[in-house]
Amino acid sequence: MHPILGQLRRLALYLLAWVPLAALLAYLLDVAGGLNRVEAIALAFPLCLIYAFICLSAYYSCRATPIDRSTVSRLVFTHGTGALAASGLWILVAKFLSYSFSKTTYLSNINTHFARQVPLLIGTGVLFYLLSIDLYYVLMAVDASREAEARALQAGILAREAELKALKAQVNPHFLFNSLNSISALTSSDPAKAREMCVLLGDFLRRTLGLGEKSAIPLEEELSLVHSFLAVEKVRFGARIKMDETIDKDAMGVPVPPLLLQPLVENAVVHGIANLVEGGWVRLDVKASNGVLSVVIENTFDPDAPPKRKSGVGLANVRQRLAARYGSQASLDVKANGDSFRVAITLPTHMEARAS
Amino acid sequence: MNQQKRIRAVIVDDEELARQVLREFLSSHPEIEIAAECANGFEAVKAVAELKPDLVFLDIQMPKLDGFEVLELIGPGAAVVFVTAYDSYAIKAFEVHAVDYLLKPIGAERFEAALERAKERLGGKLPQQTLPPTELAAAARPPSQYLDRIPVRDGTRVFIIPVSKLDYAEAQDDYVALASEGKKHLKQQTISSLETALDPSRFLRIHRSYIVNLERVARVEPYSKDSHIAVLANGTQLPVSKAGYTRLRAFLDR
Repeated sequence: MHPILGQLRRLALYLLAWVPLAALLAYLLDVAGGLNRVEAIALAFPLCLIYAFICLSAYYSCRATPIDRSTVSRLVFTHGTGALAASGLWILVAKFLSYSFSKTTYLSNINTHFARQVPLLIGTGVLFYLLSIDLYYVLMAVDASREAEARALQAGILAREAELKALKAQVNPHFLFNSLNSISALTSSDPAKAREMCVLLGDFLRRTLGLGEKSAIPLEEELSLVHSFLAVEKVRFGARIKMDETIDKDAMGVPVPPLLLQPLVENAVVHGIANLVEGGWVRLDVKASNGVLSVVIENTFDPDAPPKRKSGVGLANVRQRLAARYGSQASLDVKANGDSFRVAITLPTHMEARAS
Repeated sequence: MNQQKRIRAVIVDDEELARQVLREFLSSHPEIEIAAECANGFEAVKAVAELKPDLVFLDIQMPKLDGFEVLELIGPGAAVVFVTAYDSYAIKAFEVHAVDYLLKPIGAERFEAALERAKERLGGKLPQQTLPPTELAAAARPPSQYLDRIPVRDGTRVFIIPVSKLDYAEAQDDYVALASEGKKHLKQQTISSLETALDPSRFLRIHRSYIVNLERVARVEPYSKDSHIAVLANGTQLPVSKAGYTRLRAFLDR
């Protein structure tokens, strides 16, 4: 959209800016001799008003030749041609105005005086056109930076939304209600086990509390969350769930966004183990080397499982959060191979200070 | 209590502890006999077909087949009480269609009330569920989510047809014949209800009696003055009605 025509306020300011230019032109025409003061003013103001609108077209040639992506010769050629064409029009308009004014009683001599001022008019016409070219490049730069700002803001909002969604969904209601049902079953058959499960569930819930305020936690803390989650699920699923993990000690202190791994392990249980009659395994592999933390979560699953009816914190959310925080420095790779499903994450071990 | 009149119940849940809760609640009801416990959808369909129980407690999320798929396959006959931990769409559908359900953790009072209603249904004091299972399943599906597989049963055997492998469906009285990989499977469902459950960008009703998988259509040929035939990649020819042809053209011209 045209940066000036599109906004009434800008158009008003733009026309206002032409007033001193018109005054300058009137002054030049007056001091250069030829036209007298009245004739100069009478010619300069309407001429500049019309020229102001002609110069609005300069925007389109500016848009066609972006200053940062066009060669110098291209810029000179485009705007040179534009300036010549515009000042040609400018002279024509001036001639027409002066011809019209010569019919009036007060300005009857303007036509003869005008002829001597043509070179000056061509010069000012080119100059004013080039001024408006400058104006458009400035306006385009302003608009572009404003757009970039809005985009950055939008990206920030999306990232924050992803985080909030992750944190809000931290306790999957399905998990909570099923766990309570298991406790309810155990109260009569195995009260000690019921008590143990209450403690495990309490432990998990306590760990998730307050995570919302933190932007990063040590990996060790996230792993404890994963372990207390799995401890509860082990009671629910019994022998159906098998867990295997290899964890590099050096990785324990690496700061990670909270609830990065727990939702993925939860997915492994919900989409994997829970759909397997005989159960299956979840394997967690964590390594840190050369400034890169790499986490692999692998699990068995049934490719012919019934369609899923609920959504917890999905892979998309984890991907979004990684991208918002680390950009291209992090990666998330998902692979389904036969009956095993594998999610691999890499991220830098030293978290960049995040602009908030 | 007359032994002949005992109500035979089947409990379906993949979690042992969840089955245990129901077993315990049922143990104080001598009029009810637990005929079987099943840990997944396949077992459930098999048990119901073989044992013909009066009452089924049916978990929704299970391996192999979910509760709605099981309901589709077992047909009418048994009173069904759904059991779920949390499934907002399903619960809404149960409420709207007055389907009995229990929420986990299951409370004794709710359980007794649900059991009472089930008994009334069995004794004819309350009407049996009349809503076709496929329509209940459709109502319980999250919005804008389409069917991605169709379970069918032949005796006690269950087949799963992924919709990507469905060539076409043909109406046959109260049934639809589903053509997939050279075989036809019969399922008790109206063709209209199948049509609404399938993704309209992949499946099209080309005739009063036919829905076709658009990916399979090789070409469309004129047949008589007002009708056409669609020729599928495997050579099958299906009639296309006048309205069906308009819809089909709109797709093929895109």
